[in-house]
Amino acid sequence: MSTVAKFPERIERASAYDVQKVRKDFPILHQTVHGKPLVYLDNAATTQKPLMVIEAIENYYRRDNSNIHRGVHTLSERATEAYENVRVAAQKFLNAADHKEIIFVRGTTEAINLVAQTYGRKNVGSGDEVLITAMEHHSNIVPWQLLCEEKGAKLRVAPINERGELQLDEFEKLLVPKTKIVAIGHLSNALGTINPIREIVGMAHARNIPVLVDGAQAVARMQVDVQALDCDFYALSSHKLYGPTGVGILYGKRKLLEAMPPYQGGGDMIASVTFEKTVYNRLPYKFEAGTPNIADTIGLGAAFEYLNKLGLEQIEQHEADLLDYATKSVEAIPGVKLVGTAKEKAGVLSFVMEDIHPHDIGTILDTEGIAVRTGHHCAQPVMQRFGIPATARASFGLYNTREEVDLLVKGIRKVQEVLG
Amino acid sequence: MSDVRELRDLYQEVILEHSKKPKNFRAIETANHKAEGFNPLCGDHFTIYVDVKDGAINDIGFQGSGCAISKASASMMTQMLKGKTETEAEGIFTRFHDLVTGHAGDGQDLGKLAVFAGVSEFPLRVKCATLAWHALRAALNGDQEAVSTE
Repeated sequence: MSTVAKFPERIERASAYDVQKVRKDFPILHQTVHGKPLVYLDNAATTQKPLMVIEAIENYYRRDNSNIHRGVHTLSERATEAYENVRVAAQKFLNAADHKEIIFVRGTTEAINLVAQTYGRKNVGSGDEVLITAMEHHSNIVPWQLLCEEKGAKLRVAPINERGELQLDEFEKLLVPKTKIVAIGHLSNALGTINPIREIVGMAHARNIPVLVDGAQAVARMQVDVQALDCDFYALSSHKLYGPTGVGILYGKRKLLEAMPPYQGGGDMIASVTFEKTVYNRLPYKFEAGTPNIADTIGLGAAFEYLNKLGLEQIEQHEADLLDYATKSVEAIPGVKLVGTAKEKAGVLSFVMEDIHPHDIGTILDTEGIAVRTGHHCAQPVMQRFGIPATARASFGLYNTREEVDLLVKGIRKVQEVLG
Repeated sequence: MSDVRELRDLYQEVILEHSKKPKNFRAIETANHKAEGFNPLCGDHFTIYVDVKDGAINDIGFQGSGCAISKASASMMTQMLKGKTETEAEGIFTRFHDLVTGHAGDGQDLGKLAVFAGVSEFPLRVKCATLAWHALRAALNGDQEAVSTE
């Protein structure tokens, strides 16, 4: 009977990742742009928010809004509990050893600046070196430049190859006794390259050099286990993992965080204050001066819950399939060249077109309802490395589909038609 | 709203020709004014060279890279302004700016530059269309710093 034959298929589908069902969780996706259904392929810039996140923020303001860590009243207790629960959720999400190792900040940029301005200022001196790579985002370059300028230290840059992969042998040569810290991206926002963090940390730790990982692009695309990576610091932004803007996390190993001076002074970061002497609060509050972004932190908590519900492994697999399909489809178009073809890659498809500037690609794709990023992606040194002013970049999220990749391909052909 | 028509308005044939084969695309040895224009958002970067004699633009050229709109605008600007006085050039820039921001009519008084009227439908591209012009103004004013659209 035909109904019997269909049954096993239905079972299999129920266990597979159902992207159409996932899309229903994101209200923003269901709109038209220039009369075409929105195809949102700018997820490396920021991701869209599921209803769960939007509602968590709204509910907080409707029911629980209050300042945290001070009031004895019920609302303050509720807000404090909700806020601190997110710290525990973050600890689990990253598999940190202790929830006190989770510091709430404004985003990845602030997390990196925090480390540069506290750990860096304390430990990097004149003639010392800070080691980064040629594929870093500006936010993992400029904070170190500022530090080096102040201290008379040197910023060293490990090179990448034609495919956009870190040259590990060159990197290792740059680990010298003067190197005081390594700062490296987990997943390149401009190229999609995944760096072998475990190996890199091993090389650095063999020389007693700590490693900061910029995880902005990686956290929503793969399972991150900071203990397995053994990195010393890990920085991330909520808005790139389907949470709200304005909040992020710095993970740091407890021993390092405890030895670091505070970042900003103010309320909440103190244990006691007199005009003669202030005693700083314990971790993590030592680094959280002032009333934090409570509502958005609670929104981030909902994002963790959402991602856990879908399963990072499932998301990773879905996006790997999409990237593979997109790579083959876009590569096959004559006159299109991919930038960043690393063996280990995720989420990001950067490309250039013969005689056509990325900015023009972006405008024409937009009239087709397709949102991509065009420009240097806050990684100008990467562009310089490849001798191009800019690229067009499609970056995928957990809600993108193969049909949307087909629309991108159609859009690229239209670009050629209009400008060819 | 016809997006295809809007796109054709933006990427007019003349604009595409100038972007592919820009005029006066060269450095000028005798230039007594020079300035850079830079759009940090997209990496567009031009250098404008001007040779001013007796208050008039004797020769003008540009070099650099950018999108179709910015390159064509630079190319057509050099064609339009050669032989004009500095005051005339300033007046043309003002009217060109009004045109691409949608504050002027059809730009008939701007001659060939009227093809840029379509830019006003794409507000994000106004910076592209005016980049070379801002650099020119900086060059004529003798500003040393590179001008930036940001």
